[in-house]
Amino acid sequence: MRRNVLPGLSLSLGVTLFYVGLIVVLPLVALIFKAASLGPADYWSIVSSPRAVASYRVTVLSALGATAFNLVFGLALAWVLTRYRFPGWRFVDAMVDLPFALPTAVAGISLTALFASNGWFGSVLSDLGIKVAYTPLGIMIAMCFTSLPFIVRTVQPVLEDLDPALEEAAQSLGGSDWTIFGTVIFPLLKPALLAGLSLSFARSLGEFGAIIFIAGNQPMSTEITALLVFIRLEEYDYQAAAAIASVLLFTAFAMLAITNLLQARALRYTARN
Amino acid sequence: MSAVHTRRKPPRVGDQPLFRRLLIATVLILGALLILAPLIVIGFEAFSEGWRAYASTIAHPDTRHAIFLTVVTALVAVPVNTIFGVAAAWAITKFDFPGRRFLLVVIEIPFSISPIVAGVAYLFVYGLQGFFGPLLEAYEIKVLFALPGIVLASMFVTAPFVARELIPLMQAQGRDLEEAATSLGASGWRTFFSVTLPNIKWALLYGVVLCNARVMGEFGAVSVVSGNIRGQTNTLPLHIELLYHDYQAAGAFASASILAVIAVFTIIAKVALERQGAGRIRRPALAAGAAASTE
Amino acid sequence: MKIRLDHVVKTFHTFRAVRDVSLDIESGELVALLGPSGSGKTTILRMVAGLEYADGGHIYFGDQDATDIPVRDRGVGFVFQHYALFPHMTVAENIAFGMKVSKVKREKAAIAARVEELLRLVRLEGLGDRFPAQISGGQRQRVALARALAVDPKVLLLDEPFGALDANVRRELRRWLREIHDELGITTLFVTHDQEEALDLADRVVILNEGTIVQQGTPEEVCRSPGSAFVTRFLGDANRLEAEVRGGKAHVGSVSLAADGIPDGAAEVYARPSDLEWSAAGPGIAASITRVLDRPGGRRVMAITTGGEHLEFDVEPELAVHAGQQGFVTLRRAQVFAR
Repeated sequence: MRRNVLPGLSLSLGVTLFYVGLIVVLPLVALIFKAASLGPADYWSIVSSPRAVASYRVTVLSALGATAFNLVFGLALAWVLTRYRFPGWRFVDAMVDLPFALPTAVAGISLTALFASNGWFGSVLSDLGIKVAYTPLGIMIAMCFTSLPFIVRTVQPVLEDLDPALEEAAQSLGGSDWTIFGTVIFPLLKPALLAGLSLSFARSLGEFGAIIFIAGNQPMSTEITALLVFIRLEEYDYQAAAAIASVLLFTAFAMLAITNLLQARALRYTARN
Repeated sequence: MSAVHTRRKPPRVGDQPLFRRLLIATVLILGALLILAPLIVIGFEAFSEGWRAYASTIAHPDTRHAIFLTVVTALVAVPVNTIFGVAAAWAITKFDFPGRRFLLVVIEIPFSISPIVAGVAYLFVYGLQGFFGPLLEAYEIKVLFALPGIVLASMFVTAPFVARELIPLMQAQGRDLEEAATSLGASGWRTFFSVTLPNIKWALLYGVVLCNARVMGEFGAVSVVSGNIRGQTNTLPLHIELLYHDYQAAGAFASASILAVIAVFTIIAKVALERQGAGRIRRPALAAGAAASTE
Repeated sequence: MKIRLDHVVKTFHTFRAVRDVSLDIESGELVALLGPSGSGKTTILRMVAGLEYADGGHIYFGDQDATDIPVRDRGVGFVFQHYALFPHMTVAENIAFGMKVSKVKREKAAIAARVEELLRLVRLEGLGDRFPAQISGGQRQRVALARALAVDPKVLLLDEPFGALDANVRRELRRWLREIHDELGITTLFVTHDQEEALDLADRVVILNEGTIVQQGTPEEVCRSPGSAFVTRFLGDANRLEAEVRGGKAHVGSVSLAADGIPDGAAEVYARPSDLEWSAAGPGIAASITRVLDRPGGRRVMAITTGGEHLEFDVEPELAVHAGQQGFVTLRRAQVFAR
């Protein structure tokens, strides 16, 4: 380790560690302790109860659906915003951040108003026999809304920085548009896309505010895991809340680890020998 | 000299006119339905019972208190978070110490964690069943179901906001300027304020703006720790929920319109700051950043 | 394949990058486009490739008008300045890319065999499995060439092929590119801002300035009879002296030089440092030495004439010279241009 030339290591590192310790690490440790105090048998019976499992199913399936939709839509949006110029593209580019900027509770009630059976979209859709509000489809739409910017904003800068010469080289070698997209552009976007997907999926798994208004919250069918935690709290069943919350926490950690592994794999070509 | 043709560029991938138009149209329509419509509907619903109802909701003491509480929370959480973000960025980018990578991962954890989990976790630190619960009870200090709990939970969910804007930028800027300033005899504070800060001010402000938007809008974590006491521990987002579930939809949307306006201003500020160059340097994620920095 | 540019024009926004350029390149020729930055040389190369479209004029490949043929159908091999190797593909996959995406379907084994052959040609046997990030700059350059050659291009185009490399590697690759060209006989056009590179490598050098061709010819032609002061200066170090032309003779101080066809009046004389001679006694241009620079190959002297013009010339290392010394300069060879 080289000697430090600049001053302020102990102060800045001290502040950082204190803050991270107090604000981030301590609560998570407390949660894990609480969950661990249950003992394996009780823990397992809580986290594998039918209602909990049903909540995992609806949460994970909706999150997968939302992420899959955002993969296609987000990529298309990022592509349109970097490659094409059309009247109002700046406005569209700015609006992509709306789901980040708009509080989730606000998004929740306005999506519900739109998709309720008497709403702008809901009335049209219910004529077609599609029910969105108070169904898993509603959960998916809320997840799509809140997690869309993750994919757009991770892919967009990579797409912008893509060396045009790579595309030109592929063109000069005779590649068609689809071939070039599939063999050159997409593989180079893959690490960013993976990062965006995992952020988007993680956000969807944990989303609460935007979903609870539109979900209907029926146990066993439209009750998401985050809500189940909240309900257990309101029932003063703190142990159960801790156990189910810990499942969400470990899922988040697992997602982080998997994402890092996948990204390292996708980026292995950048490593020197 | 032959006639000048119309000026053209050779087509890039995806420049086929029909494909291009179709893609733009699809994306715009979907975007309008999914992103723009929720914003517009807020305005419609907020005024669905007329101006008078709107004004009376906003003027209601409970709403005013919720606004007050939201502002106070932001006034505490955002500056503290900013100081932390700057300190973390300084430590991580200006020094090499073991565990730097790990610290980066820990700082970003709140991003991937459900706000509900964050709220529950705080319950087990400061609640009656928590680590410090009995101690706080003994001294009659109220953290949960009071302002301190709301502030702490807000700080958890927004902990990475400022740091993640600064770290990639300061990493890219390197240490040369600070080393030069130090070699010329400047103190640490002097170096920071006259050399570092001018180069990161836009990114810093960018992080602060995003952090503020999230603090003011945080719902999940705060709803766990606040106790939802009307007129006492309700922030604006919680107040919206309360009105909504009280079948006062117009009132809920009226309160929501305040937050929607803040959101629009946040976006405007973001665009303005991006014009100044903020938010440009961004790691796709930690792994990608690490791969780039080992080169 | 013979290439012909016929009155080609290219404007970017308001900047006229290429102004009415006409150029013929014979089949199998190795031609350098040489010029300072902004002279339009890269734009010309990219128009030949189809990576830019001309605003006016035509480009012919043989008898075919190629002006509007898109790059993917033009059948050119292009080596990019920074190689543009696909970073996520191995060296072998990079080389195979053109064959894989080709409309002409090839057997996997045939592609693999051709990749091996090209790796041998560019002397990178055994490196096929590496990623571009894992090989040196010179090796990347050769991969880029192999990739361009893999599609059997009618024309090979290289944009500053050695620009990003160390001086030693450059010299070696230069010799090697010439060998490959002589072996394959492909019509080759390359862009460079390095005079030495152009003169060493090319059959013919095309010198550009501000979007127009200022002179073209064999290295011998452009070196021995530069057509303008710009070409003379651009090709290498030159001393410039003010002169006065009267009746076919240029007069610099008391020295006079042949200046056939130059109209009477003010003129400028250019002479390479090696074409100046120093002597303690006249006749010649009176000058005093300001600095003496010793180099491995000889001794460079900097001097100032009594008229205040700066001169640089080479003397034998054995010749005793020192700063402050007075003497006379004579010109062995020089170019005279009207002003």
